[in-house]
Amino acid sequence: MDFIVAGFVKAIELLISGDNSTWTAVWATLKVSTCSMLLSVGAGLPCGFLIGYFDFKGKKHLRTILDTLLALPTVFIGLAVYAFISYQGPLGELGLLFTLTGIAIGQTILAFPIVTAITASIIENIDQDLKLTLVSLGAGKRNIIATCLWEVRFGILTAAVTAYGRVLTEVGISMMVGGNIKYSTRTITTAIALETNKGQFADGIALGVVLITIAFIVNLSLSFLRRQ
Amino acid sequence: MNRKQFFSGIIAIFFVMLMAISVQADSKSLMMATTTSTDNTGLLDYLIPHFEKETGIALKWTSTGTGKALKLGQNCDVDVLLVHAPPAEKKYIASGYGKDRREVMYNDFVIIGPAMDPAGIKGKGISEAFNMIKGKKGIFISRGDDSGTNKKEKLLWKNAGIQLPDKEKWYVQTGQGMLASINVAEERKGYTMTDRGTYIKYNSQKGGNAPLKVLVEGDAILLNQYSVLTLDPKNCPKAKYELALKFSDWMASKNAQDLIKDFRLLGKELFIPNAK
Repeated sequence: MDFIVAGFVKAIELLISGDNSTWTAVWATLKVSTCSMLLSVGAGLPCGFLIGYFDFKGKKHLRTILDTLLALPTVFIGLAVYAFISYQGPLGELGLLFTLTGIAIGQTILAFPIVTAITASIIENIDQDLKLTLVSLGAGKRNIIATCLWEVRFGILTAAVTAYGRVLTEVGISMMVGGNIKYSTRTITTAIALETNKGQFADGIALGVVLITIAFIVNLSLSFLRRQ
Repeated sequence: MNRKQFFSGIIAIFFVMLMAISVQADSKSLMMATTTSTDNTGLLDYLIPHFEKETGIALKWTSTGTGKALKLGQNCDVDVLLVHAPPAEKKYIASGYGKDRREVMYNDFVIIGPAMDPAGIKGKGISEAFNMIKGKKGIFISRGDDSGTNKKEKLLWKNAGIQLPDKEKWYVQTGQGMLASINVAEERKGYTMTDRGTYIKYNSQKGGNAPLKVLVEGDAILLNQYSVLTLDPKNCPKAKYELALKFSDWMASKNAQDLIKDFRLLGKELFIPNAK
């Protein structure tokens, strides 16, 4: 039991003392998950909008595929990305293995279906009367799309935050593609896995507390945005 | 806040963040694949800052089993290796993947297990001990990850005249690093084989009074030699051969060898330098 209490004490110690390896892991985590989240929103938002807004043949099947992709295991993405960016792989020349960029690629693949599926759902659920009203008021296509997006702004924020939560907490991709390199690609989650493996539970718990704190701050700023 | 502000705000944040991230591109440096024992014990954390200070070369490492480390070198995903499986290393060089092999330090493998020693192997020879574990179906934790330690362990089963007990219930393959496997052994009250350096590290974590004790040691076959391997530039033209050679030279230098000798936990040396 002692090590659980010790973990919380240690968490505060590590953060206040500005422990270098802790802060580089925190920074690496923030950098890579923010990047992945932004990229997945950048790509997933238009895709989700198209799927949700227009009716086309095979839409149901596409949604089924998309929903399946929501369950993509991180270790599989890790393996696939690893195979592509290893020096022997098709993208080997770029030297992306064991870099944060490599992790970001994998995490973007992880988050893309999440953003796309959530966006598609919320666009589908927009009140059909809104469109009709806009058309009858003589609004142009551009105006209709912009108004629809504005109406679902909080839904999009939710999609972004959900994606952020997923990439922030994943460990499979970071471990396989990043290699858990100290001061470089070691993220909070891979550091926790390592500390637990080494039997240093207190350090692991300390890092877990840090991770939860970050998640809390993100959600806090979201509810702040909502109130605006 | 109106619509235009909201969207342009989001787009602005998007670009600022992307820019901040792209500026932070990873700087180039020497990349090493190594075994879990050198990393888990803290040896590299202690040694590498000295290397970086003296040579100005930044060194990053990923710790994995020797088997995977060799594979990473074969695929040219790293520049240099620090591993411990001499037969596999020699074969590696003969196959044209590695170029120079320099022995830098050693320790020995030991069989550890619970103090009550259910199979009664304490003080026995290594082959006898393995046979007794098999006879009593004592729980044995294996790395099972083709690491240097795992390669040696498989050889020891073979030498003891036992077919690898791959499917036996008492033979537990963790697929994880050395310290992780020792912790599994502790939880399961089983035996395992470890290099002495990692055992000392584990023991010092438990305040020098770990529940798992050294039971079998001292056989010549249990010697555990660590070497630095550079990659053959013919196979990996892009690997930083010159820098790798500098690292290899530095590890064999008097300064580094003294540092290795001074690396102690509980007053014991974890690795014994032996570069020629």
